[in-house]
Amino acid sequence: MSEKDLMTRRIKPITTAAVIFFLVSAVAPLFVASWATLFALILAKGIVVLGIVLLLQAGQVSFGHAMFFAIGAYTSAFWGKYVGGGDILLYLVLGGISSTVFGLIVGLFVVRYREIFFGMLNLAFSMVLWSLLEKMFPYTNGADGIRVARPGLLGFVFTPETFQYVILYVSLLIAAAAFYGVQRYLESPLGHMLRAIKSNETRLEYLGMSARRVLLIGYVISAFLGGIGGTLVAIIQQIATPEFGFWTKSGEFVFIAILGGGAHAFGAFAGAAMFECVRFYAAAHLADSWQLILGVVLIVIILYAPNGLIGLRQRYRQSGKGGR
Amino acid sequence: MNSTLAILAVLDGISYAALVFLVSVGLSLIFGVLRVVNVAHGSLYAFGAYLAATFSIKVAPLSPWLTYPALLAASIVIGVVCGGFIERVLLRPLYGRDDVLQLLITFAAFMIMDNLQRLIWGVQPIFAAEPLKLLPNVTVFGVNYTSYQVILLPAVAVATLFGLRYFLRRTLAGAVIMAVTEDREASTSIGIDARRVYFVTFIIGASLAALGGALASPTTSLVPGMGADMIVLSFAVAATAGLGQIEGAALTALMIGLTRAFVIYLQPEFEVLVPYLLMVLVLLVRPYGLFGATQMRKI
Amino acid sequence: MADVLLSARDIKIRFGGVIAADGINLDVHEGENLAIIGPNGAGKTTFLNISTGYLRPQAGTVTFLGQDITAHLPRTITKLGIARAFQIPQLFLDQTVMENMLIAAASRQGYPSGFKALARLPEASEMERLLELVGVRSYAERTARELPEGQRKLVDIALALALKPRLLLMDEPTSGVASSEKLEIMDILTTALAKEKVTSVFVEHDMDMVERYAHRVAVWNVGKIQKIGTPAEVLADPKVQQQVIGI
Repeated sequence: MSEKDLMTRRIKPITTAAVIFFLVSAVAPLFVASWATLFALILAKGIVVLGIVLLLQAGQVSFGHAMFFAIGAYTSAFWGKYVGGGDILLYLVLGGISSTVFGLIVGLFVVRYREIFFGMLNLAFSMVLWSLLEKMFPYTNGADGIRVARPGLLGFVFTPETFQYVILYVSLLIAAAAFYGVQRYLESPLGHMLRAIKSNETRLEYLGMSARRVLLIGYVISAFLGGIGGTLVAIIQQIATPEFGFWTKSGEFVFIAILGGGAHAFGAFAGAAMFECVRFYAAAHLADSWQLILGVVLIVIILYAPNGLIGLRQRYRQSGKGGR
Repeated sequence: MNSTLAILAVLDGISYAALVFLVSVGLSLIFGVLRVVNVAHGSLYAFGAYLAATFSIKVAPLSPWLTYPALLAASIVIGVVCGGFIERVLLRPLYGRDDVLQLLITFAAFMIMDNLQRLIWGVQPIFAAEPLKLLPNVTVFGVNYTSYQVILLPAVAVATLFGLRYFLRRTLAGAVIMAVTEDREASTSIGIDARRVYFVTFIIGASLAALGGALASPTTSLVPGMGADMIVLSFAVAATAGLGQIEGAALTALMIGLTRAFVIYLQPEFEVLVPYLLMVLVLLVRPYGLFGATQMRKI
Repeated sequence: MADVLLSARDIKIRFGGVIAADGINLDVHEGENLAIIGPNGAGKTTFLNISTGYLRPQAGTVTFLGQDITAHLPRTITKLGIARAFQIPQLFLDQTVMENMLIAAASRQGYPSGFKALARLPEASEMERLLELVGVRSYAERTARELPEGQRKLVDIALALALKPRLLLMDEPTSGVASSEKLEIMDILTTALAKEKVTSVFVEHDMDMVERYAHRVAVWNVGKIQKIGTPAEVLADPKVQQQVIGI
């Protein structure tokens, strides 16, 4: 069998699944109105988790990525509070810029470390941000957070009913673009170098590359995705709270990545869909124990399907240290 | 800041450091031996606190002095039952697999325990101050303080520190744990049952977290979220000290406890910031922690 | 005499009580294949580590094309034209052999900014030829992890060659390769080196290999260059025979 056939055979099922998923998120909410917000949240969180999946390619787990999520969310919140007159597009641009800038600053420090130390330092930075959001009461309203007034889009103003669809389709567009972009990045030379960090940094350096710089590029992209996702969630839920940057949120993102399968970009959305659906229905029917159910789901996945929901179709053929 | 406030801050800092030390030394011990960051550690702390409160409310009518053994009993029950379950059922199948999975399964345990805690004990604050009221107040340099907090808690912390040192350096079981920490493969090849060591270590570590919670229960109201706060705090202490460093954890806990206490009196809004800021600064300069050797020496 | 490519002067390094280099002076000439032999633990690999910036000597300097590279990082030295193959192959185990090669090809241009897929890089055919050259073309689409040790070793050398270096440092290039194939591989390799005008230094234990493929041999013993010269001269020296080769 030729190389091309092999490639198509490997790519096709997942790409098809991704296309179906994006189509379903576009169409299904037209029939069930309550799904509009659900799917918008799935897509927005999926964008954040894409960033986690990106870093997983390099074998690194950020246990503080919620900081970029919170930065994106608070950028919109601050703009609404201090400047006023927000627009979805403006929020996204600002959220993207602020998270990229922070990603670059924090990244310059954290890319010097690996594994547990990388995770720890990310956690530490995120907790500093969380404490500031929680305690700078005069500016942030503390634990109550800041309300994000429903923004317009390109000057148009919407009713709440229309708005939930507007934000759904905005999220869908960005999610599809981010998915495509991350796929392309991971297949590009730089993306392959990012994956090379996981298996052999020594060789990468001996090819004349700086592993730190390769990782930094991935980290900044990942921070950007976190910021965009945070901006969207703040707009969808119309609020930004310190909780957005708490360590449990970071844990949730890593959880979703592993749930979906950290080996493929689509895992981010598969995981987010499962996570949010369980939460949505468990919260509706078993209000007191949705977290418990998610915990059990996570345990089952880890013990019985460690490659996640799409693990059986690994495009990126990475087998996880010792996980073979 | 006058001298009374300063003494008050020092006393606050010491009693707080004692509790934080108990929890973080457990975390550090588990990491040193199993190389796993136990995210559910804070939940073990919270469970210890809630169960201790339940026990002491039950036994207090019989005799208030029974609340002390009740605290101890609660921490052992949590350590053995919850700790044992996490190690044996959740972690054991994952040894040798990707580190991230081990970390994440303890995160799952955290989610479940956090939820169970709300189902069992509800969301209303619980108070069980019996043990605290039982002991008289003492006057330290003119400042009146509960002896439970300034004498009993530090005494337990110091006893734990020296007890652990003695156990690890002077007893056979301790030597076995140290051997596994130093070199897992070599120790298995000389016939040490690493799995048993992991199991025992995890139970000890979990019991210490629960003990921290049990001892904290009389001093504070028990609320949901206390576990989530404690895990990051104890992690900050353990990481700042250097994961696996026992004496280091004690000194770091004291340092963070005192700094935090002074900050509360001087600039209260920065209280939560202190440990994390210290952690960032220390890790940036010394990624292996203040007391961790560059080539990480464990325990 | 040909130009000096790499030059080590008064290199000293010790690890604890072990002296690996105690005033080493060694020149590598353009176009030659220089073999380094010596007892185990004598510091031969240390020399490769120092020349590529992996270790810094406690004293002495290394120059490459007249430039002092003693304090440079491995990646800077790589960019100057020194490539290295390792005793234990250093591959990207989760990626295919071809992907490994293409990463090397892409790294020649620094930080590639394009989104062009790695698999479609124009260097693909060049890399295929290199794999063909070292005889592992048939493994191109296999994940590096699946390769037997000997084949990994060859891919490791191919990765170094993909950088188009001026100087190639190899650590026991044929260890791990089946002995029946050693000669064939070294034949191919030395021919390729000559064709591409790549100078090489290789650490070797197999005296047969040294005799056949080295232009010069340096004997490294107790931190010193005990003797240097043509294989015939060096291997005939009774002292070398006794202390190093162990006849």
